[in-house]
Amino acid sequence: MSETGPAVTMRPGAPASGGVSLLAALRVVFVGGVISFRALFNWLNPYIYVPTMLISPVFQILLFAYVGRSAGVADDGFYVIGNAVQYASIPCLFAMANTIAGERFTQTLGIVLSTPVNRVALFIGRSLPVVANGWFVAMVALFVGGRVLGVDLPLRVWPGIALCVVVASASCTGLGLLQASIALRVRSTAVLSNIVFGVLLVFCGTNVALDALPAWMAGVGRVLPLTHAIEAARRVAGGAGLGDVAGLLAREAALGVAFTVAGLLALRYVEAQSRRHATLELQ
Amino acid sequence: MSGVRRSVRVLFTLWWLQLKIVAVSAFDGILNVIYPLFFATTAFLMFGQSGKPEALVYAGLGAAVMGTWSAMATSASGALQSQRWQGTLELLVCAPTRLALAVLPVTAALATVALYSLVATLVWGRVVFGIEVQIASPVAFVVALAVTLASLATFGFLLSVTVVRYRTGWALGNLLEYPGWLLCGFLVPLDLFPTWVQWLAQALPPTWGMAAIRSAAAGQAPWGEIAVCAGLGLGYAVLATVLSERLVDSARRNATLALT
Repeated sequence: MSETGPAVTMRPGAPASGGVSLLAALRVVFVGGVISFRALFNWLNPYIYVPTMLISPVFQILLFAYVGRSAGVADDGFYVIGNAVQYASIPCLFAMANTIAGERFTQTLGIVLSTPVNRVALFIGRSLPVVANGWFVAMVALFVGGRVLGVDLPLRVWPGIALCVVVASASCTGLGLLQASIALRVRSTAVLSNIVFGVLLVFCGTNVALDALPAWMAGVGRVLPLTHAIEAARRVAGGAGLGDVAGLLAREAALGVAFTVAGLLALRYVEAQSRRHATLELQ
Repeated sequence: MSGVRRSVRVLFTLWWLQLKIVAVSAFDGILNVIYPLFFATTAFLMFGQSGKPEALVYAGLGAAVMGTWSAMATSASGALQSQRWQGTLELLVCAPTRLALAVLPVTAALATVALYSLVATLVWGRVVFGIEVQIASPVAFVVALAVTLASLATFGFLLSVTVVRYRTGWALGNLLEYPGWLLCGFLVPLDLFPTWVQWLAQALPPTWGMAAIRSAAAGQAPWGEIAVCAGLGLGYAVLATVLSERLVDSARRNATLALT
């Protein structure tokens, strides 16, 4: 007779005993989130971070500003703001996908998902540093890209733009969370992140204003993250007050919440599926 | 077997093997076709706003060739890093042939796959945006394209050998993607840039390749541009060959080959 150990009856994400401790959840959110970000987002190495996160967005801005000049449409400021805010999607999408893919690569995904930790705390905690990083990347791109092209944004508009970028990064991280759930089943997360980035580039009014896009594309753009934040940032840069763009920011935030909830639900569903099909740690 | 025949056999066998690997790779194969389409679409929409049909044709041809740079900059830089992750880089370096002969076919296979991207973008432009790219001199066009791809392969070869020594060298490829799109005359005429940027652009083989492709499409003689493109490609191949030997020596001395 052999003993195979106790049967596991705990459901994923259930507390180990005695209910969820608020303190434990907060520790998972803040301490666990930062540790995970540092461990899993391997682009924090300065030899990778500087070229990929700080220099590339400036060249994206330059590319489209010059294409705009070549085509004779819009002014440089339009492309500086659009591309800087849109580039926040690179850290947000890739880092969120890495919360799953990185764990899988290091073969710790099974361990993480077999812990009784609260899943909402786990993934929200992993999202917060991503939002902060996305904000930083976009703001640096906006500042440097603006300086290079001679787009002078007055000092008074920067706080408003900074707020727009925070909301943009948060909503895009919500989309990243949804994408992370797909990463539980799809192994090529880099491919997925690049495709989502491309969709956001085309549909969000980054380089072509929504009213110049075909109606169906503008319609798609309005239900994607970044679209409303980019428009709000452009209006703030043009002198509008925060009150004038509150509606746009509220819509952007609502989309972020919707994508975050969808992401958490999808993660719960796909996690169960992955357990059933034994696909959690397939490299 | 003579040395030349052996080298040709190594080059061809590895190119074919790598082509089969890359063609079914989600990142190097499928994404390299899809990803440039997003940028091409954006460019088409932007040029479409200008209301000038000739501008759209200019963008149609440029955007099609743009994807070949993308395939080379990012994928070539990552090619040897992938070998490192898979634990085969040391085997590649220790193979009883020159490293150049083992690496050049990898980037040549990527350049071959870049053809998919070019064709896909031309078809996309024609079907979705109605852009008709007329090729006045088909033979010259094919020659210009082949030389551009070959020179891109040697440029990618240079990028890929840096990764033998530096683990984070693949990020260089990500960094070069936008500057290449910007500087090589795919979508932006060079005369919009300051003189020093134009000089920089002229050191890149695709700048001449793109000019040759446009000349061939317009029915003008592209042979001078093709010759410069081929010369630059050869120069990068020589530089990469010399560099590869030195970097491998350095990687062996510093024991960085197996570091991921």
